Amino acid sequence: MLGLDKKDMTTLLVVAALVLLAPFILNPFPANSAMAQFNAGYPDLMQRFVIFGIFAIGFNILFGLTGYLSFGHAAFLGVGSYSAVWMFKLLSMNVIPAILLSVIVAGLFALVIGFISLRRTGIYFSILTLAFAQMSFNLAYSVLTPITNGETGLQLTLEDPRILGQTATESGGIPVTNLFGIEMRGSETLYFGDWSFQFSAGYYLCAIIMLISFYISVRIFRSPFGLMLRAIKSNKTRMNYTGLNTKPYALAAFVISGMYAGLAGGLLASMDPLAGAERMQWTASGEVVLMTILGGAGTLIGPVLGAGFIKYFENIFSKINESVLHSWFSFLPESVENGAVWVAEHFVGGGWSLTLGLLFMLVVTFLPGGLVEGGQRIIKLFRRRKADDGAEQRAAKSHPAE
Amino acid sequence: MGILEVKNVNKRFGGLKALSEVNLSVAENSVHAIIGPNGAGKSTLLNVLVGKLIPDTGSVMFDGQSVLGRTPYEINQMGISRVFQTPEIFGDLTVMENMMIPCFARRDGSFELNALTGVSKQVDIREKAEQMLIDMNMIDKRHMHSASMSRGDKRRLEIGMCLAQEPRLLLLDEPTAGMARADTNNTIDLLKQIKAERDITIAIIEHDMHVVFSLAERITVLAQGTPLVEDVPAKIKGHPKVREAYLGESAAA
Amino acid sequence: MDAIILQFLNGLDKGSAYALIALGLTLIFGTLGVVNFAHGALFMIGSFCAVTLSKLFTLSFETLDPTRKDFLGNPLKIKTPYVEQWFGPDTGAVLIDWAVPLAILFAIPIMIAVGFIMERGLIKHFYKRPHADQILVTFGLAIVLQELVKHYYGANPIQTPAPEVFRGSFDFGTLLGFDPNVIIYPYWRLVYFAFAAVIIGGVFAFLQFTTFGMVVRAGMADRETVGLLGINIDKRFTIMFGLAAAVAGLAGVMYAPINSPNYHMGMDFLVLSFVVVVVGGMGSLPGAVAAGFLLGILESFASMNEIKGLIPGIDQIIIYVVAIVILLTRPRGLMGRRGVMEE
Repeated sequence: MLGLDKKDMTTLLVVAALVLLAPFILNPFPANSAMAQFNAGYPDLMQRFVIFGIFAIGFNILFGLTGYLSFGHAAFLGVGSYSAVWMFKLLSMNVIPAILLSVIVAGLFALVIGFISLRRTGIYFSILTLAFAQMSFNLAYSVLTPITNGETGLQLTLEDPRILGQTATESGGIPVTNLFGIEMRGSETLYFGDWSFQFSAGYYLCAIIMLISFYISVRIFRSPFGLMLRAIKSNKTRMNYTGLNTKPYALAAFVISGMYAGLAGGLLASMDPLAGAERMQWTASGEVVLMTILGGAGTLIGPVLGAGFIKYFENIFSKINESVLHSWFSFLPESVENGAVWVAEHFVGGGWSLTLGLLFMLVVTFLPGGLVEGGQRIIKLFRRRKADDGAEQRAAKSHPAE
Repeated sequence: MGILEVKNVNKRFGGLKALSEVNLSVAENSVHAIIGPNGAGKSTLLNVLVGKLIPDTGSVMFDGQSVLGRTPYEINQMGISRVFQTPEIFGDLTVMENMMIPCFARRDGSFELNALTGVSKQVDIREKAEQMLIDMNMIDKRHMHSASMSRGDKRRLEIGMCLAQEPRLLLLDEPTAGMARADTNNTIDLLKQIKAERDITIAIIEHDMHVVFSLAERITVLAQGTPLVEDVPAKIKGHPKVREAYLGESAAA
Repeated sequence: MDAIILQFLNGLDKGSAYALIALGLTLIFGTLGVVNFAHGALFMIGSFCAVTLSKLFTLSFETLDPTRKDFLGNPLKIKTPYVEQWFGPDTGAVLIDWAVPLAILFAIPIMIAVGFIMERGLIKHFYKRPHADQILVTFGLAIVLQELVKHYYGANPIQTPAPEVFRGSFDFGTLLGFDPNVIIYPYWRLVYFAFAAVIIGGVFAFLQFTTFGMVVRAGMADRETVGLLGINIDKRFTIMFGLAAAVAGLAGVMYAPINSPNYHMGMDFLVLSFVVVVVGGMGSLPGAVAAGFLLGILESFASMNEIKGLIPGIDQIIIYVVAIVILLTRPRGLMGRRGVMEE
């Protein structure tokens, strides 16, 4: 079906089910219970899950498949966001033209940067992309202020023309982003006993676009082009001596992943119409690298898992503060409790970045294949144990007790 | 006129003269061996032929066209395939995938953006790759991770990948280096079989005299960057200049 | 003319910092073959060594002076730094004033220890892993280090003044026959430049004239061969890492008065230092130093109003533009050697 084999189709269906049912899956705890802080089923956060999922899926095409480590992909995300906001300012609040423009502009931007950066490989490539991203970041803060609005960030105003839409609503406010009239921030809440589930129009738009992006990435993985990209990662020398020009392949991968990043940026702006230069910073580029690696670079589902994992824990960890920690560790004797809180404090709240950095090191050191590899190892272990148990039972049967 | 014509090629690295006035002609459909002691310039010559190095002076013509200034992939598309000393294969891919890549390169040229059709739908490529694996006697290994194969199998796969491109000239760089006697003999047999079944020119750079004298129809002896002699194997064997070159090497070592 | 000399001078101190960081990066590249993204964090830690020492020196206890009242009528609180109590008010005041240069002594053992721990504890396990893994793990480490500093020192820059005697400016112009006050240059920056020159000279002399340095240089040229000679290269590389860490740290200590230390200064400098290394030529020590000064001075010139008027924003991107042009025209950088970090 859809040109996929059975295994890939199953993967796609699982991802689709997870994404479409996310409002239920992510809200397993009743709204007023103590565990409600672990709920993640609200639109704002769910949107970030799938949007960063798109970003990571695209990044995986370049890094996981082709083996080029770009440290500047956040630049494309930023460019996408700026393009989308400009579309909202000039044309209309409909998200379709905004998203299209963000993909196109990011693609063109990636074409230029990729063309230059891909003249070199390996670490030189990483540094070149990092340099380009830092350059874009610096420019966005300084000379390009007329386009980017510098440190304040680009926002909608009541003076924007919006030639196909309205400059201001009848009540005098700034209009909201919509898809042919469906407001992106609009949401319905379903109450079910103590549980409440929110269904947001914006989330479902992002979710559907994410599923399409995922589907396209599966097709790319299974195509001759995808095979060539894997071959480039495996052995560039053999590629060259097999009559294949690696550069256009790598450039195509670079541009495609840049367009994915632009799409993610455009969607971010469509959900919340503002764009700032901090989206282009190297930390943002580092984050997408981590998402991809954490999930499993080069695997289909890895980047999606990685993005969800990081965004979920970012949210949870940021919410935890000292008093929450004290309540958790209250079962301990007081001095131990204080010690435990003191240690844990480093990692929560504002310390999320520290956790992220540590996670980065741990994953790269101990689990280079990411969560997917970790899962496979666990399954293997489980199977082996089962097999061992079986063998023991058989052994026990064949040697009855004397 | 041979299929490969090397004329007056010189190459210096700083003060070192790696190649000086090299002339070489490889006749079409022959097996031509290039031998010589270590440091004779064999590798430099090979790198010139495949476009990795550009000589300071001289010309290299393949089938009437100059290869100089072309990149390795362009030269490969002209019909020269190279087998490396250490097998260069796609270690992360399966044997079958390894074999499909040269088939794509042969069919689609150096670049083709074919991103939305499945590899599994490329029936012609699959059939050709399978046929090549049958020819190479490794069809039972098709699903194997190629990095996990033995060195002999990697060599066999690499040769098969080169042949899948239907090259006019197959360049082999010490194809039996580091191999056990049995593997070496297998490789010799494989090359003999290839030569018997296909219209192909083989140029082989080799250290192992057993391999050279089993295969070559003509031999060029290279020493200190210059061809000493070129002749049929029978005459090379007892040639005084060749002895001198090789004895010189062993004396130095 | 005077403006040009001024910008040249202004470029020197930034160039010195780039050169020092790039020197350490190159040493690590060349000897250990590791791409260290945490090197900027070492620079930052150095700066915070200066901050810490000056904080330690100003640690005070409070006494109440019942004879004097503050404006609310309570007894006046007087803060006395412990150092003034222990060493007497005069020596104490001098110590506080000279906290930054004294921090050099404080920083050397700390930086060497940090370097050793980093190399033995983490980097060592990545020698045989792909460069991408090395980049990623050191990148993670850089985040951890900078977040720890942020946790304990806060997010705001911390002013760390130079000793009183260096706080003024030197009128450089009068020396060259210009009018007074045309080319003035803060003393501390001169000190920094001189300090950087001494360190760079020291590192080169160490590599040139000691047996240890000779082995390291040989290792940079051809690691395998040196390994075959039966020389315990690993131990030397650990020491090399400690040395590189110390160089970066000292560069940071002395830079504290020029740029108030903040937790993200490491990454800011790292990105630029990488560019410096690439421009100078990966694996070339003279290249790293030359490119450091070259880019520092170019950056300084680009921030002249006349030039900014011609090309707006050039000061923000000049280094990157130069790097891109160099990488595309001379892929090995200004003084790069063949075969270093190439694929």
